[in-house]
Amino acid sequence: MSKHQISLLLNGQPIEAMVEPNMSLLEVLRVEAGAPEVKLGCGEGVCGTCTVLLDGDPVNSCLLFAVQADGREVTTVRGLAGDVELHPLQQSFLEHAGSQCGFCTPGMLLTAKWYLDGHPTAGREELRGALAGNLCRCTGYTKILDAVEAYRDSLAEVSHVD
Amino acid sequence: MSIETADPEVTIEAPERPEEVAPPRVKPGPHRDFVEKVAGTLRYADDWGLPGMLHGVVVRAQLPSARITGVDTSAAGAAPGVRAVLTAGDIPHNGILDEASGLGVDAIVQPVLAADRVRYDGEPVALIAAETPGAAAEAASLVEVEYAEEPGVFDPEAALRDDAPAVHPGGNRYVTWRSALGDVDAAMRSVDLVVEETYHSQRVDHAYLEPEAGVGWIDSDGVLTLRVSTQVIEHAREIAEILELPHSRVRVIAAYMGGGFGGKEDLTVEPFIAALVWKTRRPVRMVWSRQESLLARHKRHPFTMHYRTGVRRDGTIVAQDVRIIGDAGAYPLLSSRVLFAAAVNCTGPYRADNARVESTAVFTNTVPTSAMRGFGAMQVVFGYESQMDRIAERLGLDPAEVRERNFVRPGDRRVTGEAIDTGVGVGECMRRALAELGPPASADATQSGSRIGRGFACSMQPYGRSVFFADRASAWIGLERDGTMVIRAGVTDLGAGQAASLANIAGEVLGITVDRTAVHIGDSALTPLTGGTFATRQLYMSGNAVLKVARGLREKLEPVAAALLECNADELRFAENRVWAGSRAISIGELSRAAEHQSVMPYHHDTFDAETGKFDAETGQGRSFPDCTHGAHAVEVEVDEDTGAVRILKYVAVHDVGRAINMQRVEGQIQGAVAQGVGYALSEEVEVSEGVVSSTLFADYLIPTSLDLPDIKAIGLELHPGKGPFGARGIGEPPIGPPPAALASAIQDATGVRLRRLPMTPERVLAALRQARADSAAAAS
Repeated sequence: MSKHQISLLLNGQPIEAMVEPNMSLLEVLRVEAGAPEVKLGCGEGVCGTCTVLLDGDPVNSCLLFAVQADGREVTTVRGLAGDVELHPLQQSFLEHAGSQCGFCTPGMLLTAKWYLDGHPTAGREELRGALAGNLCRCTGYTKILDAVEAYRDSLAEVSHVD
Repeated sequence: MSIETADPEVTIEAPERPEEVAPPRVKPGPHRDFVEKVAGTLRYADDWGLPGMLHGVVVRAQLPSARITGVDTSAAGAAPGVRAVLTAGDIPHNGILDEASGLGVDAIVQPVLAADRVRYDGEPVALIAAETPGAAAEAASLVEVEYAEEPGVFDPEAALRDDAPAVHPGGNRYVTWRSALGDVDAAMRSVDLVVEETYHSQRVDHAYLEPEAGVGWIDSDGVLTLRVSTQVIEHAREIAEILELPHSRVRVIAAYMGGGFGGKEDLTVEPFIAALVWKTRRPVRMVWSRQESLLARHKRHPFTMHYRTGVRRDGTIVAQDVRIIGDAGAYPLLSSRVLFAAAVNCTGPYRADNARVESTAVFTNTVPTSAMRGFGAMQVVFGYESQMDRIAERLGLDPAEVRERNFVRPGDRRVTGEAIDTGVGVGECMRRALAELGPPASADATQSGSRIGRGFACSMQPYGRSVFFADRASAWIGLERDGTMVIRAGVTDLGAGQAASLANIAGEVLGITVDRTAVHIGDSALTPLTGGTFATRQLYMSGNAVLKVARGLREKLEPVAAALLECNADELRFAENRVWAGSRAISIGELSRAAEHQSVMPYHHDTFDAETGKFDAETGQGRSFPDCTHGAHAVEVEVDEDTGAVRILKYVAVHDVGRAINMQRVEGQIQGAVAQGVGYALSEEVEVSEGVVSSTLFADYLIPTSLDLPDIKAIGLELHPGKGPFGARGIGEPPIGPPPAALASAIQDATGVRLRRLPMTPERVLAALRQARADSAAAAS
């Protein structure tokens, strides 16, 4: 199979890879780009563990061909924190025990961060809907929502101070 | 008062502190694994590789019952990139050693690869190792297996008939457990009412988000090493037997799991990786796809539960007569133990002076069933709690009052003849759960065509292995020269904070904080063995082991500390990374160095032996489990009468946890188990038709999403001390039992119909509503 060269910006770093046309973005991220934090849970676009942000919007990277991401910006959970160890949303998951086995956590964090960026005053029920594409089998979601809400409230406090 | 110290972290002038009888609880800060999970840096089993690694796949049978008449691997072996193709004859000892019931029930040996007979759809037939996953998958499709179809049997009741096709020589009845107390037949004749019903539960999947995965290699000293997602590193021995290697030459390292729930308690990828590594002498990775996992990895036992309960007019239970049939699928795995747990727990937290219970595991040509959270003791909650509601209904009594009248108390005998020897908090849990549900939803909140209803259910669930296994767990604790602590224990961590809890327990005794503790877990070569993480046993077993070791180490160090602080040993307090005598303190690091200087080595190893007892399988009498955790759940639902859909509005779950080592994690366990219990109650089913699994897509296997659940109010009460460390009771499994019965009760409250078959899907609820309407129309005409 002929290979295609793609380039993408992964968490701010330029990445180049030679990929087969049928390779998923997930496979390229995990195997070629050193990003095993993107998880393979079902390969059908159901569980959301493979969620990444593509040009800022969440996608199931298992359902996307790598060539479709050519020239675009990909953010994984390791792109959230920047220079500090943990982003405040990650810190909030830690404090509220929003993570048990942790396998859903990378995708869950990215979806939550993306949604709150666009809807900083979203209420709990709205957040429940926003996270419905990211399955969790450990927590029953209650503590995940606690963590996301606490982070949302911290954003409001910051802007209030400003 | 001051003490000289070289440790930078030690305050020279210690602040005045009030005297305290017991050391303060160590603040349970985040354990390192949780930091790495939220950061995305934790390396799960599949996030790992080695240079020169091959990729393994399993070739699986595609029909449920057949003889294998020929296997041709030549095309697969010649395919590009293929380095090995293995069939049954290539496995040195083609059988999985199983310790079965622990009571001498016959074990039928499950082959690693099917040799001449296929007994279920998806059974492994061959293995491939190739340079890339794609090459391995391509080669798998080239393996030619010739089958001669054989008649199969797919229903456990049909399988028990004399003329049923035998799954194994010797018949389809794998094991039957029987226990009895008093005289059930005489008692049934004396009662005012006998309630008789049959309940059905379904086959479900663990559906953890991390599919089965691992990497194997031969280490530099020739040891076959596997780093896998497993609940049980002790499987190293079974893997060694399969390859006919000395047990000491196989090492299993357990990666932090992306969920387990009993699905990684039996072997999954291990024997296949091991065989391919041994054959190719190269590292091999194997990852099962979700679809493969749904097809062929073992499930929860479907049960048929037949209950007859005899009561007096006031609701007092006089007799219980219970028969259970569990579908074991094609191989034994842990069916014997699951059905044992079902038998001895099927009368619930209720006294019955006359009881007769019988449970049978039956072979069928379907995917095997084995361990899953709740392990036989959770299916029966649907049975015994539905019976309690029915009794209340028939007698016109309040269902809570009927339960209050019958709750077991310490000293009461169970059906096994053993007496209950710890406190029973189920009544407090029930009252609290009902109170916490609060005022009913207002009629305004309901949509037209919808009805609101409430229900509740109580339960008991054992923690720890059956006592006749003589369970034990070992641990090692040492103090470094800088005062940090190292714990070694063979625990595996499935995400419930198993490692973190050990840091909390040792920290409480030695006064050392989590951030100054390293817990090394899950390595059969390097960590003292604790037994696997299952049966809600790790807090009880490893927790007690670590507690014993920490206390032993403290005893060793106390004379050294007392001499340094010029006080008596009983005046010492270990807290905040220091040892205190009144307001004076030395650091743990200083204590560690001083001890070593005096040849008192600052480390300790010991073993916790669980209580043991005997069980007579013939009489059904003896000791079963060490102890139980009790609880009660209350729920409010809205049922859409046009669609049959059930929406949960409120959910409260209360359990007596004895003592919470970390209340936040206790709540997390309760909430997660409720979510799985709700999926089991309303939506999840592995659908099997004539032995063929049809729900092999995650899109068809419906686990609850965030929209399917309300906030789950989880309450851990610290009522009656259990047998875990500091009086803790296990909480991993107990909360999964009550949801189906609580929801069935709420659906009945809303609509008047009672469902006795799980899952209670919209289709089934709607069918029951239509039947009820038809029945009442017929009665009216």
